[in-house]
Order: sequence, then structure tokens, then C-alpha cells
Amino acid sequence: MASIWEYANPLKFMRTTEAALPFIGWAAALCLGVGLVWGFFFTPDDFRQGSTVKIFYIHVPSAMMAINIWVMMLITSLIWIVRRHHVSALAARAAAPIGAVMTLIALFTGAVWGQPMWGTWWAWDPRLTSFLILFLFYLGYMALWAAIENDDTAADLTSILCLVGSVFALLSRYAVNFWNQGLHQGASLSLDKKENVADVFWYPALVSIAGFVLLFVALVIVRTNTEIRARRARALMARERLG
Amino acid sequence: MMPELGKYAAEVLSAYAVTLGLLFALVLVSVARARRVKGELEEIEHRSKTRG
Repeated sequence: MASIWEYANPLKFMRTTEAALPFIGWAAALCLGVGLVWGFFFTPDDFRQGSTVKIFYIHVPSAMMAINIWVMMLITSLIWIVRRHHVSALAARAAAPIGAVMTLIALFTGAVWGQPMWGTWWAWDPRLTSFLILFLFYLGYMALWAAIENDDTAADLTSILCLVGSVFALLSRYAVNFWNQGLHQGASLSLDKKENVADVFWYPALVSIAGFVLLFVALVIVRTNTEIRARRARALMARERLG
Repeated sequence: MMPELGKYAAEVLSAYAVTLGLLFALVLVSVARARRVKGELEEIEHRSKTRG
């Protein structure tokens, strides 16, 4: 069995991930297609929320991804800090724009869902506010990478920013439990069957979540490999300039 | 085929439209940059090799 650290070698990482990419990409398209079509066309309305319950199949997966992508960035940032593997730092950089888009989708669909259900697009509720701050952290993280020319310095500073931002990723997930106030309800999905949403909503949501996860994996592979190539191009150009 | 969305049709449709639009744009931007950077790197590597 190969050690996971073998994938710290950029060539090994690129060869392995590019071989797997078509399968992951098609699986993502299939799961997203099935999950969203099933959720939108073939599920009933909720007796209280009416047809707005269909927003569930995009809001919940995107919100889950927004938080979990930051957790992935935290892990890869820690690997960079401890072991100095460039692929790890570049994977965190590659994931950030995907996380920002997922957070934006969660915020937008939440506002559109909240208006008819709560009577307002926005409230300074603990979960909504921590999500907005998480979105700003994503933007700040990307801006910091773009602002620093030296890749290693940028990786160091963004890793520290990632550690700080993890507080808000955690708060986004547990704000409702911590403060027990505000408009947003607790988790809709649970492994406890009594707490969980009804099966008619749960199964399409599960397929949709799988689609969002697979889409993230496919995109992070494409973007990490791009960052690896861009880093090599910068290094070669610097060597050219030196003569 | 289109489900009856009732009075919430605008909310549901706009949520799906914006989500799919953003995801599609993200895929498009990622693939386009991947191709561009790959091409640039090949050009730089070719230049380095020919210069020795």
C-alpha cells in the first residue's frame, strides 16, 4: 500500500488524479442531474413550506460544502505548516474559490427561501451572520494569495488566516446550538431517523449532496493541477530571467 | 412536466437558476484556466529545452 505522502510529489499527484478525473466528473454530473431533477420534479410540496421546500436540494448541499471545504483547507494548510508539501498548500488555494461560490449559493438560496418563510431576506441571526463572515474570510483568503508574490510566504500567511477562519466555519455549523436563538432552525439532516426529514425529501437530498461533493472533488483536482503547473511555469520563467 | 410551484415559483426558479449559473461558471472558468496554464507551461518548457 502506497503512503499518502507519495502524493506530495506533484508529478505523482497529477498522474493519479488526472487518471481518476473523468470518472469523478461523470459521477458528479450524474449525481447532480439525478438529485436535482428528482428533487425539483418528483417530490411533493411540504404542507407548511409549499414548493419552497425544493430549495432544500441546493441550499443544504451548498451550505454543507461551504463549511466542509474550509475544513479541507484547514487540514491541507496544517499539512503545509508541518510538512511543507507544496501540493498541499496549492490544494488549499485551489479549493478556496469553490468554497466561496458554495457559500454565496448558500447565502443567496437561504435569503430567497427566508423571504416567504420568515418574512425577511436577511436577519442578523447567529447562523446567517457567521456564514456571511465565512464568505468574507474566503474572499480575504483568495485576496491574500493574490497579493503576495512569493508562493511560500503566501502559503504561510494564508495558512494562518485559514486557522483563524476555522472559528467561523465551526460557528456556521454550530451557531444554532451555541446560542439557541435566531430565525434559522437546527440541522435538517440527522442520522437519527426520528429527527431526520421524511424519506421522500431525504433520498433526493442525499443524491444531490453526493453530486455536490463529487463536483467539488473534480474541480479541486482540475484547479490544484492548474496551480501546480502555474507554479512550475513561474519557476521556469524566473530561471530564464536569471540567464 | 413542469411542477406546479404556485405562489413561490419566482423564489424556487431564481434559486435554481442562480445556483446552476454559478456552478456552470465555476466549471467553465476552472477548465478554461487549466487549458491556458497548460499551454503556457508547454511553451515555456519547449523554450527552455531549445535554449538548452
